[in-house]
Amino acid sequence: MWIFLITEIMFFGGIFLTYTINRSLYPVVFGEASRELNVRMGGMNTAVLIASSFTMAMAVWASQTGKKKQLTLFLMLTLILGGVFLGVKYFEYAEKFHHHLIPGRNFQFPGDVGNRAHAQLFFSLYFGMTGLHALHMIVGAGLLLWLVMGSLRGRFTPQYNTPVELVGLYWHFVDIVWIFLFPLLYLIDRH
Amino acid sequence: MKAGRRGVSEHIVSRGIYAGIGATLLIFTGITYYAATVDLGPFNVVVALTIATFKASLVVLYFMHARYSPRRTQLVIVAGFFWLALLLGMTLSDYLTRAWQHI
Repeated sequence: MWIFLITEIMFFGGIFLTYTINRSLYPVVFGEASRELNVRMGGMNTAVLIASSFTMAMAVWASQTGKKKQLTLFLMLTLILGGVFLGVKYFEYAEKFHHHLIPGRNFQFPGDVGNRAHAQLFFSLYFGMTGLHALHMIVGAGLLLWLVMGSLRGRFTPQYNTPVELVGLYWHFVDIVWIFLFPLLYLIDRH
Repeated sequence: MKAGRRGVSEHIVSRGIYAGIGATLLIFTGITYYAATVDLGPFNVVVALTIATFKASLVVLYFMHARYSPRRTQLVIVAGFFWLALLLGMTLSDYLTRAWQHI
């Protein structure tokens, strides 16, 4: 599992690198564009995701100690918190849509043509990075659903809980990606 | 732990540690949120990324059990981050020193 996560680190690492280079090339426009993001929703989602990582860790604990009811409960809580994250993300995307901040024909941003082009670059990276992260969340939610069904059938015991542990590793990894996305996209040009 | 087929390497992290780490992560999310509202010049990035790295380390060490993992697993993790550091470090040391491009 860790080897797979390393390939994921490389995958996201390249995209983070692209973002960093472009941000250092166009710091002013990226700052302006960054202030368009809804930092309240982003901050709330960070808390939601951390809470879901905690419930996932507790699910691993429950599976290791043979607490089957608690395992189902914690898996479901994790799934619900993941759903809340994706729901908030939907409202954020909808807000960008209404403000004409989707890169493309109808993109609107104050300033000259060059300004607009660089702001589009920011929003392309924003949607690319958060979209890819959301896609990972959707995959994770599917895996959690699978675990909940297994847990309801009492499949996981202190002797056999590797699926819970591995999905846990994956879920925490997705949390870590967001831990870096949130400050980089929303925060560093806030003041 | 009850006797099982999983061998001696499994370590069950206590609920207290999970709760403590979860609370610390939430507190630092609050700190990074408010640190962003203060103008620190170029240090806003430094502060934000230092806090993010600290939070990520806690997640890897405790939630992902890296602290209690076998040496072999730890080596894989360290190697992964080492390559990431190479990727970021070497590419950025190229881009950020292209003075003729007025970055």
